[in-house]
Formats: sequence, structure tokens, C-alpha cells
Amino acid sequence: MSDEINKGLQSAFRRKLLMGMAAIPALTMLPRPSFAQAPATSAINTTGLAVTDTEVTVGILHSATGTMAISETGSIEAEKLAIEQINAAGGVLGRKIKFIQEDGASDWPTFAEKAKKLLVNDKVAAIMGCWTSASRKAVLPVVEQYNGMLYYPTFYEGLEQSKNVIYTGQEATQQILAGLNWIAKEKGAKSFFFVGSDYIWPRTSNKIARKHVENVLKGKVVGEEYYPLGNTQFNSVINKIKLTKPDVIFTDVVGGSNVAFYKQLKAAGIDLSKQALLTISVTEDEIDGIGGENIAGAYACMKYFESLDNPNNKAFVPAFQKMWGAKTVIGDVTQAAYLGPWLWKLTVEKAGSFDVDKIATASPGVEFKGAPEGYVRIHENHHLWSKTRVGRAKLDGQFELIYETADLVEPDPFPKGYQ
Amino acid sequence: MFGDYSIGDLGSIFVMQGFAGLILFSVYVLMALGLAIIFGQMGVINMAHGEFMILGAYVTWMTSNLFQSYLPGLFGGYFFLAMILAFFASGALGMLVEWALIRHLYKRPLDTLLATWGLSLILQQAYRSIFGAREVGVELPQWMLGSLRVTESIEVPINGAFVMALTLLITMAVAYIMYKSRWGRQVRAVVQNRIMAGAVGINTEKVDRYTFGLGCGIAGVAGSAFTMIGSTGPTSGQLYIVDTFLVVVFGGAASLIGTIASAFSISQTQSTLEFFMSGSMAKVLTLLAVVGILMLRPQGLFALKVRK
Repeated sequence: MSDEINKGLQSAFRRKLLMGMAAIPALTMLPRPSFAQAPATSAINTTGLAVTDTEVTVGILHSATGTMAISETGSIEAEKLAIEQINAAGGVLGRKIKFIQEDGASDWPTFAEKAKKLLVNDKVAAIMGCWTSASRKAVLPVVEQYNGMLYYPTFYEGLEQSKNVIYTGQEATQQILAGLNWIAKEKGAKSFFFVGSDYIWPRTSNKIARKHVENVLKGKVVGEEYYPLGNTQFNSVINKIKLTKPDVIFTDVVGGSNVAFYKQLKAAGIDLSKQALLTISVTEDEIDGIGGENIAGAYACMKYFESLDNPNNKAFVPAFQKMWGAKTVIGDVTQAAYLGPWLWKLTVEKAGSFDVDKIATASPGVEFKGAPEGYVRIHENHHLWSKTRVGRAKLDGQFELIYETADLVEPDPFPKGYQ
Repeated sequence: MFGDYSIGDLGSIFVMQGFAGLILFSVYVLMALGLAIIFGQMGVINMAHGEFMILGAYVTWMTSNLFQSYLPGLFGGYFFLAMILAFFASGALGMLVEWALIRHLYKRPLDTLLATWGLSLILQQAYRSIFGAREVGVELPQWMLGSLRVTESIEVPINGAFVMALTLLITMAVAYIMYKSRWGRQVRAVVQNRIMAGAVGINTEKVDRYTFGLGCGIAGVAGSAFTMIGSTGPTSGQLYIVDTFLVVVFGGAASLIGTIASAFSISQTQSTLEFFMSGSMAKVLTLLAVVGILMLRPQGLFALKVRK
């Protein structure tokens, strides 16, 4: 008898407990209404991408090994930060972003192969990736064939446009022309000496710069020199610079050569506080290797500096350094890489779908107000409207903002009169 | 191109250009010396030479950080200690590698190419994991920056002069060790005839290990010195390896004089051409000239006469 009473009590207790537990899912749903409203997967994913009711998969494709790891590490870090922040804010269409990271290993065929793997095997909804133009050119036919979406972060030479690519860095005219105009006006510069690494980006950029100097600024290019990638001896060209005494040295030397160039420039007694130098290839990342004392006083022309003073950037820099270390610096491309996942999220939400075709059509006009560089908007040609800025390198390795364009500069990947 | 310039301007430019050539010469000699010993004397095709250099560079970077944190007063002189440490670090790693890898391959010299290439990849990834993928900036003491003003228009870079002095010193040391010391005689004996050298009582294994260590140690010093003029990152060693082999092969593998002569001719050709055309074209023409001469003289500029 007493046993039965006990059982009765137990079951009553159990019933209450069960009722309580049943309420738990309802409770957990309360603070996350986005999940409750999330549209059905079948409606927003008609092409078989890796989208489930709770998750969506994207790919990150950069070089984590090989010579380009120096530059691409920052991009990987920025993309991961953006993904984490988007997830913390509720994800995309109620789905958390999961990423698969592949290593392009600084080898262009590997990039193409990994892009194919991400699109065909993993069915990723978008790829954040590539850095050098060579890797992008290798990946381009793959994303076009398998209809993927690539968010490409690097400032580059232009002359390209694809339905399947969003270019979050600046193309050459966007980056260069405003800087040249500024230095011509500010310093009254008439003669320019170009030094670059010998491959497509510096050559195309210098071609554009030369046309602008000669046709628009009515100045003169007194020298145009190219050195092989990885060259470490610049004394000859420095002597030529001393001989021709240009008003401005305009450089797009990249990689390890950069370090050698500025160290030797300094050693040769060229004082950058007196000799104007405008570079389009040195970001805070590069200064880490060059050393602030070797480049202080030089001007750089791009769209983002870590020192930018705006609320977005004031939040972005500490978040980045909290995740990746207090000493980590943030260069132009790192910031552009950070834009990729955000622009994709905003576009998906605008299109109401993960389908690549719909994203491609919806992209033009997408605005991102939270960009660390300030407001950006996607142009019809899939590049970004963005401001161009000139900064002066300081001893501590940061840039001091000297000038920025009043308005957003229109991207013009196929510039008339500059080809 | 010279029409607009005064004779004085041109004169000083030629002086400075000559000096640029001499700096390039010193850099070539410094980076090739270690390989001249390893490849020239031992016949080991050491593709990891650049990575041994970069180890020296990283040692320099760490020393500079240590001095900045603990001995800021002595920062001006840290570079000398750093070079010594770099020598021993790279040398020790070299001896370890010789013991673990190279000594099994003396009879198969072509395989050393693959083995050391693999080693270079391993070392690169190790640097990347330990020091990070980004380049590090080695801070130099103030007196090593800038240039000496000789006249109004002639300026001599201090780091260039430093590299020249260092090269001279190390070349003399190596020449003495290889050609005057008892140990150098042993090395040369082992190179010429390993079996006979062993038969007359030379400990060939020990000689091999120390020779390899010496070559790597010199690479470390070179790497340390190059932090003044170049970059320090996991893959920076790759920037030097091609030029290094070029200098050693062109000079004639087993000859120290050959290495110096070849470094001199390549650097002077290169820097003279660079002045009259773009850097890339200068490189192409220099390489063409080297290929042409090697076709006529496959053994290189200077070759040791050896009875086969």
C-alpha cells in the first residue's frame, strides 16, 4: 500500500518535471526569434548548396603555406572574425555560417583544384578567397563553370568583371588616380619615377599611372623600372633616382623585395621626409617587415588604414586584436577581406535566397554601413564604391591619414583612355 | 640620358654605381661562401642553404628583441653577438642535419638535391609555425642606419660598407682554414679521395660533419648580415638560393678563388647593366651571359686539376 502511494507521488512529480522540461525548448526559442522566422530551406536553396535548416557552409580559400602566407594570413583572420561576428548576431537567414578552410599553398593550380573541391564536393554557398591576381585568374574559370560566388579582397589591376565574383578591394584607377592628383596638387609634383616588381599588377598599374601623369597632370615620367619578384638589390635603381631627382618616387614593389627596397633607400641617404614617395603596395602588414624607421614619411595610397578614426573602425580594430593578438596589424587587404562575408550576408538577405544567380543579380546596390573603412556599396560591375585615402607612414608602423576623397570613387575596371 | 647632367654629377653617380656593384659583389660572396664549402668541397647539393641563412636572420631578430628588453644600454653592439650566435645556431643545425640525413647520401650526390629540398620545405614550415607567417622586422642600432657623406653628392651606405668588411673578414678566415690549417688539408684530402684519406688515419666522418657545420654556420652569419638589407620571413631564404648556386657553379665548384671571381664578374655585369636598362632585362642578359660561358666552359671559371 505504502508502495502504491509512493508510486503515485513519484508519478505526479515526474509529470510535473516532464511538463517543466517540455517548456524548455519554448523558453530557449524566446531570445532567438530569428530561428522561429527562418524560411524553409527548400525555398531559399533551389540549387543544392550546403544549406540546412540551421547551417550554411562557405569556403575560405587562401594560402596558409608557401610564400604568399605572409600576406594572406591577415585575410584568413579577417574572414574568420567576420563569420564569427555574423553568427553572434544571428547568422544569415536564421542559419549559422560554418566554414571549410582550404589551403591554396601559394600555388595557382592548387587554388583552382581546391576551388573545384569546395564547389563540387562541399557545395559551399560562397567562397571567400584568393589574393594574387594569378590565383584569381586560376580560380575564375572554376567559379564560372560551377556557378560559385567568389569574394576577392585584394586591390588589383582591373580589366576583369564576372557575374561570379565580387571585388571587395579597389581596382587600379580607383586606387591610383586620386593619390596622383593629390600629390601633384599638394607637392606641385611634375616628374615621377616608377619602380615596380615585374608582373602584371605593377605593370598595369604603372601604365595607368603613366597615362594619368602624362595626359591629365601634364607631368613627366623620368624613369620606369621593373625588378624580378624577390629581387633584393636595389642600389642601381636608387642611383638612377638620385641622378634623375624626381619630384615623386611612385612604387609598387611587393613581397620580400619591399623590405630590401626601403632599407636600401634609407641606407643610401634618401630622406623620405624630403623626397616624396608614393606607394600603392605597402600596408601596415608590410611595414611590420620593413620596419617603421625605414619607411617613415612615405605616402601610401589605398582605401583603408588601421588608424582611421570612425566608429566602425574603433569597434573593428579591438575586436580583431582580441581574436588574433594585440600586436597584429591590419592592412588594407585585411579590411577588404573582412567585408566579404558581410557583403555576402547582406546580399543573401536582400535576395532572400542563397542561390548564386539571385545573389549575383541582387549584389548591385547592396550597402554595408558597418565597414571599418566607412560606408561602401556594390556597383553594377561587382566592384565597390569606396573612398581613396592617402596616409603618411609613421615610425610606429601606422599611417596617419593625410587626405581622403570627399565622395566615394566609382570603380572603373575597364578605364577608357588608360589602356 | 646623360645630356642634362654636369660632369660632376655624372662622376659621383659612377662612383656610387661602382660602390653599388661592390656591395652586390660582397653580398654574392657572403651568401656563396657557405655553399662553396658544402657543394664545392663535399659535393652536397644543399637546397636548404637559404633556410640556414634565414635561421641566422631569426637568431638576429631574437637577439635584438632580447637586448631591447633586458639590455637596452648595449643595444648598439648587439649585432656582433647576434652574428656569433647565428654562426653557432646554423652550424649546430647543420651538424645535426649532416648526422641525420646527409651522411647517408654521400654516395648518391643527386639524391642530396631531393633530400635537402625536402629539408628546406620542412624548415620553412617550422619557421612559419614558430615565428608566424608574417615577416618580422629586425631593428638595427642607430649607427648602422643611413649613409656616410663622402662629398656633397657621393654617399656610401653604412650597411653596404659593413657587409663589405664582414665579407672580407670571413673570406680571409675561410681561406686560412681551408688552405693553411691542418684541418683544411684533411678536408681537401677527404674530398679528393675519401677511402685513401680514411686509410691514412683521417677521421672522415668527423671531418664531414665539421665541414658541413662550418658551411651552414657561414650561411647563418650571411643571413644575420642580410637582415640589414633584406627581409626576414619564413620563405626569404628562397630569394637567395638561385643566385647562390649560380655564383658557385659559375665559379667552378671546388675553388674558392673561382667563387670570388664569379661573384665579381656576375655582380659587376649585373650592376652595370642595371644602370643602363631595367632590372629585369639586366638579369636576363646576365643569366644569358652565364649560360653562354658555361656552355664553353662547363667546369666553371676555375677548376681544380684532379686526376680522375
